[in-house]
Amino acid sequence: MTEPIDADNDRTLTSRRRFLREGAMVGGVALAGSLGQGSAQAATDNLPPNVPEWMKAPGDPMGGQLYGTPSPFEKNVVKNIPKNLKQYISAAGRTPLEDLDGIITPNGLFYERHHGGIPTIDPAQHRLILHGLVDRPMIFTVDDIRRFPSQSRIHFLECSGNPGYTKPYGKTASDLVGLLSCAEWTGVSLKLVLQEAGLQPAAKWVVAEGADAAALTRSIPIEKCLEDAMLVYSQNGERLRPQQGYPLRLLVPGFEGNMNVKWLRRLHVTAEPAYSREETSKYTDLMPDGSAREFTFYMEAKSIITRPSGGQRLSEQGFHEITGIAWSGRGKIRRVDVSVDDGKSWQEAQLQEPVLTRALTRFRLPWHWDGRPTVIQSRAIDETGYVQPTLAQLLAVRGDNYFYHNNAIWPWRIAETGEITNANA
Amino acid sequence: MPMRSFSIVLLALGLSFCATCAPAQSPYGIGRVATPAEVAGWNIDIGRDGSGLPPGSGTVSHGREVYEQQCAACHGDKGQGGLGDQLAGGQGTLATTKPVRTVGSYWPYAPTLFDYIRRAMPQNAPQSLSNEDVYAVSAYVLNLNGLLPADAALDAKTLAAIKMPNRDKFVGDPRPDVKNPACTGGC
Repeated sequence: MTEPIDADNDRTLTSRRRFLREGAMVGGVALAGSLGQGSAQAATDNLPPNVPEWMKAPGDPMGGQLYGTPSPFEKNVVKNIPKNLKQYISAAGRTPLEDLDGIITPNGLFYERHHGGIPTIDPAQHRLILHGLVDRPMIFTVDDIRRFPSQSRIHFLECSGNPGYTKPYGKTASDLVGLLSCAEWTGVSLKLVLQEAGLQPAAKWVVAEGADAAALTRSIPIEKCLEDAMLVYSQNGERLRPQQGYPLRLLVPGFEGNMNVKWLRRLHVTAEPAYSREETSKYTDLMPDGSAREFTFYMEAKSIITRPSGGQRLSEQGFHEITGIAWSGRGKIRRVDVSVDDGKSWQEAQLQEPVLTRALTRFRLPWHWDGRPTVIQSRAIDETGYVQPTLAQLLAVRGDNYFYHNNAIWPWRIAETGEITNANA
Repeated sequence: MPMRSFSIVLLALGLSFCATCAPAQSPYGIGRVATPAEVAGWNIDIGRDGSGLPPGSGTVSHGREVYEQQCAACHGDKGQGGLGDQLAGGQGTLATTKPVRTVGSYWPYAPTLFDYIRRAMPQNAPQSLSNEDVYAVSAYVLNLNGLLPADAALDAKTLAAIKMPNRDKFVGDPRPDVKNPACTGGC
């Protein structure tokens, strides 16, 4: 398939992150920062019975960092940026899922997908125009939007191409499904803003447009706009980052990432979709018979084990907690099953509360590794009863030309050495 | 609400409401009514039926000149692709193991070409081409795909009249389309 600049699922999986990891991963499972720090002799100087050097003098004074950064020992926990892309204006960078805990993605590690680069927008000069099938075409400043009653909700965002269906497959959880993140979003219900302009009876779609160099345009069904769509200005407590649409973005929970239009400048209320380039020639799914599915909005239920996972190594036999994340664009996660015997049997994992609709859900399973080679994998079931399929089940229905919406189970192979690799690769 | 009480005062005084203030029926009275000029300046949407296409026209031959200056470096001199997408060819490949998705083989609506080129191309200077140049380069890309003669010109009416070969091959979303029986033992 010709996808020369379609970066939703970049397949040149040679990240600096993996290079660092494979070089460093000799002693344990994803204990970033604990490895390769100085010589063995120096490392013991701070261990019992000795007094560690950082207790023998005061530390740095308060106020040295006006915006805090992670420990220098965590400097390798960074976005997974593909190397050797033809260009980086329309491109994607991944969240290092295997390095993160919980369900909230730190803002600096949130995945990115841009179609015309990242604009630098002065919020004082930004406007949102709402027009079309409304009683009153309106124009809002960013301060206007912040005057509306606000709400905060936790939702995931996932790129539609995360990952593709054909080889080569990625090596790490981030390579495979790192175009996925989750945050607490604060903004205003889109319904309130639409009501401010007065929707006319013929209004069936809202075409959202970004103020980037792609003027990215997607059409949202009016039902979704009135259900749970938001105009968002803050993420995890602080204003949106430029990479996430500063100063204003659309959020359509559970819908494919590109519909959550960033740098939002215009909402055009219409009777039919725009049939924009992004929703005809790009984010459509080609079937084996040459037909193509359009307006495939929902991201279906999915999960992945993030620890232990590809690129890591089990240091020894015995107890290891299996943990990962599950999510569904259609609602809450009802159950996650985990298999530790190459799919022969499955057991129910524990779900970490709170289990929220259209948000990441953390799952865990206590496990004793007996030191023998095996395959581990997870399977999500959402509140509609939908079960995450295998890659073979997806390919049997959709064929190799399908590009987006791959929500397959991703099994990890564990070798006798403890080394973990992608079992589908 | 101060805005509302202020308008009541204005009405009580018999003064007309200012045209660019949000009318009183807005639930929150936030923002103001956009002027027609503000909306027209930003509304660059072209419908699949050609609605919104501006006046003007452009020829295939002028489009070739614009293309060579603005597009060929990324898309290839004949639309064969490079840094940018392949634009021409690929008709008849969509049901094969090597589908080639181009304007001619895949795009369902010709007016979308005008919409996309005007809003996003060339990538280093979007919204810099005149409407005439956008018509012309749209015409040339259609010509490269065998969908417009070399001596043709495009305007709002002729662009909307072009039927793209793949128009009827798009279907809705039938998902959930894949079933996993969720075997739990002896699988």
